Amino acid sequence: MSIIIHKNTKILVQGFTGKIGSFHAEEMIKYGSNVVGGVTPGKGGMTHLNLPVFNTVKEAVDQTGASTSILFVPPAFAADSAMEAADAGIKTCVAITDGIPSHDMVKIKRYMRRYPKDKKMGLVGPNCAGIISPGKSMLGIMPGHIYKEGKIGIVSRSGTLGYEAAQQLKDLEIGVSTSVGIGGDPINGSSFRDIIEKFENDDETIAVLMIGEIGGPQEVEAGQFAKENMSKPVIAYIAGLTAPKGRVMGHAGAIVSAYGESAIEKVELLKESGITISKNPSVMGETVKKVLVENNLN
Amino acid sequence: MDIHEYQAKKILSDFGVKIPTGGIVYSPENAENKAREIGGSKWVVKAQVHSGARGKAGGIIICNSPLEVADATDKLLGKKLITNQTGPEGKIINRIYIEEATDIKHELYLGLVFDRSSESIMVVASTEGGMSVEEISNEKPESIIRSKIEVAVGIQQFQAREIAFGLGIESKLISRAANTIIGCYKAFSELDATMVEVNPLVVSHQDEILALDCKMSFDNNAMFRRDEIAELRDKTQENSNEVYASDRGMNYVSLDGNIGNIINGAGLAMASMDMIKLAGGEPANFLDVGGGATPEKIVKAFKLISMDTKVKVILVNIFAGINRCDWVAEGIVQALSKIEIKHPLIIRLAGTNVEKGNEILKKSNINYIEASTLEDAANKAVKALG
Repeated sequence: MSIIIHKNTKILVQGFTGKIGSFHAEEMIKYGSNVVGGVTPGKGGMTHLNLPVFNTVKEAVDQTGASTSILFVPPAFAADSAMEAADAGIKTCVAITDGIPSHDMVKIKRYMRRYPKDKKMGLVGPNCAGIISPGKSMLGIMPGHIYKEGKIGIVSRSGTLGYEAAQQLKDLEIGVSTSVGIGGDPINGSSFRDIIEKFENDDETIAVLMIGEIGGPQEVEAGQFAKENMSKPVIAYIAGLTAPKGRVMGHAGAIVSAYGESAIEKVELLKESGITISKNPSVMGETVKKVLVENNLN
Repeated sequence: MDIHEYQAKKILSDFGVKIPTGGIVYSPENAENKAREIGGSKWVVKAQVHSGARGKAGGIIICNSPLEVADATDKLLGKKLITNQTGPEGKIINRIYIEEATDIKHELYLGLVFDRSSESIMVVASTEGGMSVEEISNEKPESIIRSKIEVAVGIQQFQAREIAFGLGIESKLISRAANTIIGCYKAFSELDATMVEVNPLVVSHQDEILALDCKMSFDNNAMFRRDEIAELRDKTQENSNEVYASDRGMNYVSLDGNIGNIINGAGLAMASMDMIKLAGGEPANFLDVGGGATPEKIVKAFKLISMDTKVKVILVNIFAGINRCDWVAEGIVQALSKIEIKHPLIIRLAGTNVEKGNEILKKSNINYIEASTLEDAANKAVKALG
């Protein structure tokens, strides 16, 4: 198996008829993802890319049986759309949108607390590349062809650095079970910990590559979780060794504001948790390979 | 986005927080008149720059007459204030805030931030006002009070009261202090702030609770619905290249080295900077042209890098996804037909259609060094420095 998305996962596109939504919906369909329709309020009843458009997520779920959505809605309306998906019974929503205010993200997460654990939507992102289970389904904006089918789980804040890792792995003929982009915002839907836990429970995944960066406590929390709960090896790279303190480095979340948030501190804390560190971004693939050999997993 | 002290104080006073009487001035004559208008016998002349630690840097001057106020203003205006937060280049002083001096009994610290672990708003307070929060947590960690606020219902009276009692405020002033804390919370939550810091918050000998200094930062992502905050932006306080970049939708941070970077994606940009450092070089900047890296963006990025006089070598590292390498290569060729680059140029393309992209670059007449991996690109950039 892969995690979160599989061959037949039924996908809805929120913000379907917009330029960006249309473009990426087409790319996903070409990849083989099971896109069953989309939602654009006010355009219900239309057909777009030969698929039905609905006014509300509820209606779309009722008619198509979709369990998953991808969100391309502009920042001002994105929080509302994510909450609508949660309320309609969507199980996983990937928010691609970049630029959602932090106060809105906090609001979404509070809103979702009303659902019991088994009914609660998993939100991934925002400001992320999405999810791909190579050869099965793509729920994101990544170039699908750089991912080889296989057994390494990837979880990354950054989109392009995640691509870099997938390419390095492919060059070494190592494949990926699922790659998840959790996004660069300070408050996000799923944390590193949430995703590596899913990889631990996935039969197919044999090791996890975690690509973090400066800012926030999530990488270190994931390291702690791995130390206490994981049987599978975890390899990590942390970007931002050279980033100055107190400056936002592109991603709103990439700012060092407390102890344990700089790249050097994160690397030290992750090492203490028994995680293998890729010493630079050029050897992420090699480091994974080395760990596989050491653990007789190759 | 950061704003000035006087702007932050005006906002807090709109939310019921008491501030000393004061006014903004742009000339010594103005300053003298403002001091007379405020009245009293002692004034504080405060340089308005986007930085803390202004006092230690000489940016805050206490004066005993309106003439002294004029002199102090004259001394500060137009100068660059160099604090331990501004870097060696300092920040220009274009505005001066004149304020009545406060008769201070106690100095306290009050700050509000997002707590990324609990995803709530955290109020941080301490009896040790006047020191930076880093200093407080190093030297007097036991004095720090933290209170997590549930954002769905907002701050409650009892929470504000607990903090006020925790700060050792006298019983008769508790409700005044609690209302101050609530006012700061409301400003934070209603205006899309990411940081509100009142340091010091003071108790005066006249039993007033006053915000004596204040810093506020706001979420850039929320500016679409905060026109009144966006208007407060003072571009003279930002690096001019950073302003150029942000006006064109690029993320740019100026750094001290000499290898200029053009990269797509924030994570890849940070990783490339790390590689440069490991190869023995120093990056001149962080620049993320966005995951898309359209030809138009590439042109703008080259313009921006060529404006930086520190730059001696340029490194382009693009991982093309949906945007293909051939398209990116065309953007680079187009950019270099418009902008003359005298420095060595290293280009590393990866991802979709990488062969086609490299072919386009080779066929063009641009002078560049091709690199295959991140590491190769960084090594070649450092080598090109000579």
